[in-house]
Amino acid sequence: MAKVTIEDLKRIKEQITRETALREGDAAVRITVHMGTSGIAAGAREVMGALLEEMNETDRRDIRIITSGCTDLCRNEPNVTVEIKGQAPVVYQFMDADKMRKVFKQHVLKGEIQKEYVLAEN
Amino acid sequence: MKELSLHILDIIDNSLRAGANLIHLNIEEDFGLNRIRISIKDNGRGIPANLLSRAANPFFTTRATRRVGLGLSLFMKAAERCGGFFNIDSAEDKGTKVEAEFRMDHIDLAPMGDIRGTIKGLIMGNPDIDLVYSHQSGNRRFDLDTRAVRAEFGNAPFNHPLAMRYLFGVIDEGLDGLKKAGS
Repeated sequence: MAKVTIEDLKRIKEQITRETALREGDAAVRITVHMGTSGIAAGAREVMGALLEEMNETDRRDIRIITSGCTDLCRNEPNVTVEIKGQAPVVYQFMDADKMRKVFKQHVLKGEIQKEYVLAEN
Repeated sequence: MKELSLHILDIIDNSLRAGANLIHLNIEEDFGLNRIRISIKDNGRGIPANLLSRAANPFFTTRATRRVGLGLSLFMKAAERCGGFFNIDSAEDKGTKVEAEFRMDHIDLAPMGDIRGTIKGLIMGNPDIDLVYSHQSGNRRFDLDTRAVRAEFGNAPFNHPLAMRYLFGVIDEGLDGLKKAGS
């Protein structure tokens, strides 16, 4: 990686501050990766890694990733919850890196729920 | 757990559930002394003294939803299995410190694994908490203090794509440097 200069940092900071002011508090999409012992053992970190890679490739600035504790649905881990503003949350089960990429591309970006991986729609 | 870095993610997840917003993670790989030492210290709500002795018992948990808690007990067993030791110290309202040591050449020792995945996932999944990460491998060392990065960014969120790219660059560069030390 090329060395980051103070000027680079300043520029990044300014751009982030500008964009953050615009959208503080109203993320359009919230994606929750459920961690906890069973989720981690079942591959939640790899799911998170795939999600971060997808985020890195998109220009969307209104998507937030968070992690949360165990859902107590250990048998169905890893679980991921996708919440799009104004829509009911969707919980996915038995996730892996490839399924996560598909959910991100189809559901998060295009609004098409990936029924085959869904545990529950509230 | 198949990797030490997965145990680390799991133990820090405990810290986060205990309301911590500052985590110290120290990893020391000492080839001369043939040991790996991992310590995780948080400023969460801590474990009351009367429960501490049972914290690493798999059949003890404070959660009401089920009757087993596995994270700490798995970490303890992994250390003990590898000729090392495990210790947990906690004070209510002050925080908890978990330490584990492993014999490096022990046949049952799990690999460190994807530590950068652990660190990146932790920071991006919890952009409001701070992580002070120090990783020593042989005579090389990598330090990351997100409080310093936060100051550079004027409190802009870490999960902004630009901040994320910058942080990932720092983490990759630092840990690539460490890897060379181990080989």
